[in-house]
Order: sequence, then C-alpha cells, then structure tokens
Amino acid sequence: MSAATIDSPGNQKAVAPSANDGGSSRADHIKFLIFALAVLTMPIWLSPIGAAYPDLVQKFAIFGILAIGFNILFGLTGYLSFGHAAFLGVGSYAAVWSFKLLTMNIVPAILFGVLAGGVFALLIGYVSLRRTGIYFSILTLAFAQMSYNLAYSVLTPITNGETGLQLALHDPRILDGPAGAGLPSTNLFGMLTVGYTGFYVCAVMLILAYYLAMRIRRSPFGMALRAIKSNQNRMNYTGFNTRPYTLAAFVISGMYAGLAGSLMAVVDPLAGAERMQWTASGEVVLMTILGGSGTLLGPVLGAGIIKYFENIFSAFNDQVLGRIFDFLPEGLQEAAVVLFSPFVGEGWHLTLGVVFMLIVIFLPGGVMEGVARIKARFDRSRSDTAR
Amino acid sequence: MAILNVQGVCKDFGGLRALNQVNLKVQQGTVHAIIGPNGAGKSTLLNCFVGRITPDTGSVTFDGKSLLGIQPHEINQAGVARVFQTPEIFADLSLVENVKIPAFAKRDGSFRMDLWSRVGTHGEITDHAEAVLEDVGLADKLHMHAGSLSRGDKRRLELAMCLVQDPKLLLLDEPTAGMSRADTNATIDLLQRIGERGITKIVIEHDMTVVFTLAHTISVLAQGTVIAEGEPEAIKGNPKVQEAYLGGAHL
Repeated sequence: MSAATIDSPGNQKAVAPSANDGGSSRADHIKFLIFALAVLTMPIWLSPIGAAYPDLVQKFAIFGILAIGFNILFGLTGYLSFGHAAFLGVGSYAAVWSFKLLTMNIVPAILFGVLAGGVFALLIGYVSLRRTGIYFSILTLAFAQMSYNLAYSVLTPITNGETGLQLALHDPRILDGPAGAGLPSTNLFGMLTVGYTGFYVCAVMLILAYYLAMRIRRSPFGMALRAIKSNQNRMNYTGFNTRPYTLAAFVISGMYAGLAGSLMAVVDPLAGAERMQWTASGEVVLMTILGGSGTLLGPVLGAGIIKYFENIFSAFNDQVLGRIFDFLPEGLQEAAVVLFSPFVGEGWHLTLGVVFMLIVIFLPGGVMEGVARIKARFDRSRSDTAR
Repeated sequence: MAILNVQGVCKDFGGLRALNQVNLKVQQGTVHAIIGPNGAGKSTLLNCFVGRITPDTGSVTFDGKSLLGIQPHEINQAGVARVFQTPEIFADLSLVENVKIPAFAKRDGSFRMDLWSRVGTHGEITDHAEAVLEDVGLADKLHMHAGSLSRGDKRRLELAMCLVQDPKLLLLDEPTAGMSRADTNATIDLLQRIGERGITKIVIEHDMTVVFTLAHTISVLAQGTVIAEGEPEAIKGNPKVQEAYLGGAHL
C-alpha cells in the first residue's frame, strides 16, 4: 500500500482528462456552503441510520478535522506521516491542563491544544523531514511511539500515566471563581458544551478547518505543495527551497491534529496516552485513503465511514441480524445470520478490512473517485439523450 | 564578458576521474555547445553548474559569484535554469500550472507562505505563463495533465518552465535526444527564436546539425578534459577533435 499506487496519475486521468487547476471561486464557495449546511444538519439526516446521537456526531466532526489536516500533509504534499496520533494526544493533554489550571472555558483550551500540536509538529517535523518516502514515515512512527511510551513512564507527572489526565476537585482553575460542589463542566462563556452543544462547537471548528484547507489548496502555497508531491527535484531546480514548505505543511497538519485532540477533551475532559498509539495514527491514514486522498471532502467522508462502522457495526449482534433478515424463510434466515455474524459486533474490523481492500483495488482514489465516476457516467448519458 | 567561468574543475567518482582540470569561459549572450563522446563528462560538468555535484577542486563562478557549495534553489534564484536530459516536469499538474510555479519562484523568491490568496487572482502570472506556453507551441493544451504529453511536448514544456523565469543562463542537456527529424527541426527553430532574447545558453548535444546551427562556440570534451575550443568552423577542421571524437572520420 504505497502512495504511488494510490495516486498514480493514470487513475486521475481516467476521471478528469483536464487537470484540476483550482476550480472557480464561485464553485468552491457553493461547495463550501453545502458542506457547512450538511455538517450542521448532521443530527437530522443521520438519524434514519441510527448515527445521530451526540457522541457519534462529535466523533464525525473531530476525526473529520484530523483527517483534513492529515490530508494537507499526505494528500497535497505526498508525505505519509505514521505518527499523527502524537499531535492528537498532545492537543488533548494541553486542553485538559488548561481546564485544570486556568479555566473550564473551552477557548483557551482549544488555543493551547492547537499551539501544542503545532510546536510538537515543528520539533518532530524538523528532524523527520530530512528524509522522504518510507524513511520519513518510519521516523514519524518512531517519534509517535516514543511519545506514547514516554507518556506512560517518565512523563507521568504531566500525563498521569495509565490512569490518564483527569479533572479533580482541588485543581486551581485560577480564572474561574470558587469551585462548586461537584466537578465543573466544560463551557463556552457559561454555555455548557456537552451533548449537542458540544457537537456544534466541533461542527463549527470542522467548517472552519474545511474552509482553511480549501484556501490553502487554491493558494500559491498549496500549488507549491502539490508540485513538491509531483516532483520535488524539479522544485529545487526551479528555485524553491522545499524544506520550509514541507515543514510548514507538517506544522499546519500538526495544528489540525492538536485542534482535534483539544476538541476530544472539550466533549470529554480527560486525556489518555492510548490516543497516541500507532493504531490511532494508522486509522487516520485509512480514513484519508478510504475517502480519497488529495481531495477536500474525501478525508471527512472517510472519517465518517470508519467511525460509523466502529460504532454502529460493532454494536450489531445475532439478534439484530436476525431482525434484519426477518423477511427470509426460516432456514435461510439462520444461514444468513451465521454468514454475516463474523462481520459485525467484534468482527467489524473484518468488514472494514474488506471494504478497504475493495476500495484500494477498484477505486484507488477512494470514495471521491467513485463519486466522480458516477458523475462522469451520468453526464455522458445525459449528453447522449440530448443528442 | 564571460558570464560563466570554470577554472581547473576536477571530479573523481571512486577511482574514475570524470572531470580533469576543466577550464571553460562562456561569453554573455552566446550559445556555447559542449560536445564529446559518451562518458566524456558532459553531464557531470553541467551537474557542477546547478549544485547537483560539487567538484573536488576548482572554481565555478557565475556572474561574479561562486556557484560552489550553494543549494540548487539558490543557483536558480541567481538566474540559472536547466532543461534535463529526461524531462523533469510536474506530471500530476496541468501545463499552465507547470509554468506558473517557476513564475512564482521568480517573483516571490524561494519561499513565501501565501496560503490565502487564490492562484487565479495573480493575473500577471497567469498571463505570462500562457504567453510562454503559446511561444513554445503548447497554447492548445493549457489545461491538460502534463504527464499525458508526448516526449517532445514534455521537452517543450520544460523549456517553457525555464523561459518563464527569463534566466541569465539556460542549460540544455541534449534537448533533441530521441526526437524525430521533424521535432528536432522544430526545436532548433524554437531555440533560434528564443536566442534572439539574448539568453546565454550552454547546450550539450550529440546531433551535429543542432550544434552547428546554433552554437557560436564549441568546446570538445574527451575523457574529462577540454581538448579543443573554438568557433564551429575551426572545430570542424581540428584533427585532434576528429581523432578523439569521431575516430578520424570527417565531418
């Protein structure tokens, strides 16, 4: 599974014979408005498929942000980081510390999360970006695993080790007034940010994150990143110092992850080291490829699909399956349940694996390539009928 | 006036001496051809001018500044552009983007963090890129993927990417290698046309028609050393050149 096979120009050609020069400003803004509307109405249109509860829509938004940021580095610049979860974890820790020391208001927590993600990315990126390709990926993986293990050992005073960093009654919270009876809740200037309010905070951040990614993509900076992915050698001989470009992309990407991490703490104010594990880093790679790396919307879709599988499919059991196959005759119903039960519940990973393999083999550009193909076919048949 | 001055350049690869005491002066505004048999060190010499290789000894000065020990992007920013033997383009981008990128490098320098403006709003860059693409005969393919171009068109595109920067020195490494006669002639025409702009050019070439049509001065490289240098007519008649380069046959 290499970036080269996923993004081979041959596949892009099949979908878009004329290269994407950036699209018109108008088309971009219409797409952005549709995106914003769709995100804000998620609790409505996701309810028929049972995915509209606050916990899950919060995750859609948070992992959407993480994947958009990851895509700036992977999809645009062509650098596959395998350590993005480290920035997510650092963002969470920074936010929880802000809740403990300063205030339960989420604004400083988010700012500190983004800042911490950025600073950490600057350090790791400065070293890792001395290499490209697989060596770069291994370096980021090594740094992330190092952070993960340090969080459990030497850094216990900061991370609270295995228990995870939590709020406590005796926390100073110097900006808040005297503490009440129980643990305080996260808030936005007094408005509690739990449940759907928490989701709307995440949703607004996702919309802003998408808008910034769109601006970056259409900017001279974004074009330079795409050119680096295409031919870094040529960039150097064309007068570009590619190092600051890749480092900037890495830091921006780390700040997105820090934002996602801080939002995790906003909706649930605790931070654990497991957020930094390599499986979490791998998950965002899957999300981006599944949705369509290099596209604006793809990573968000990929994040949504994976989180949906994780939360909904894993909750299915044989009784639920039995109800789904109720319409079949007696014997067949049991056969169907037996056939499908390895793919649900604990086995949801198997479904995800199969879906992922099918996508990579048949739609290397991810879900977005599928959408583009359907659109192309639709356009063709429409022009045929017009004739 | 010599715009490029090469003095006593040596380069060893393992035990092999690729360049041996190379001296070269390229005059401003001329076309300087470097010819020689395979393995004579022509491409190695060119690599020394763009920062890909650092010579073991000797000096390379361009426009009064040393080119040794500085990065490829700094050399380009100083005004040296290069066309490679195998075209180096941005295959995943459109033609017009391929040309806009070097135009941005020329205007904004080696790093600028402009992540808010739209590429399309930089009208003068777009106009310039399209004009240069028209110049090299690719005006009808502006929005095609560069990767889907024919080999000849890729060379033209790469040339456009260099020309849009209006370089002081243009290095051409076998610009017609592998081209048909017709494409070669088209390229000669193109190079002659852009020659009128007074850009100094160094051309490495095996095709003698190209060399004798374009070059003002020819240096002959054999086994890492310049064995002869002069005007085309003088080189044609030089027995040493015929011996080393053509094995005694007549041009």
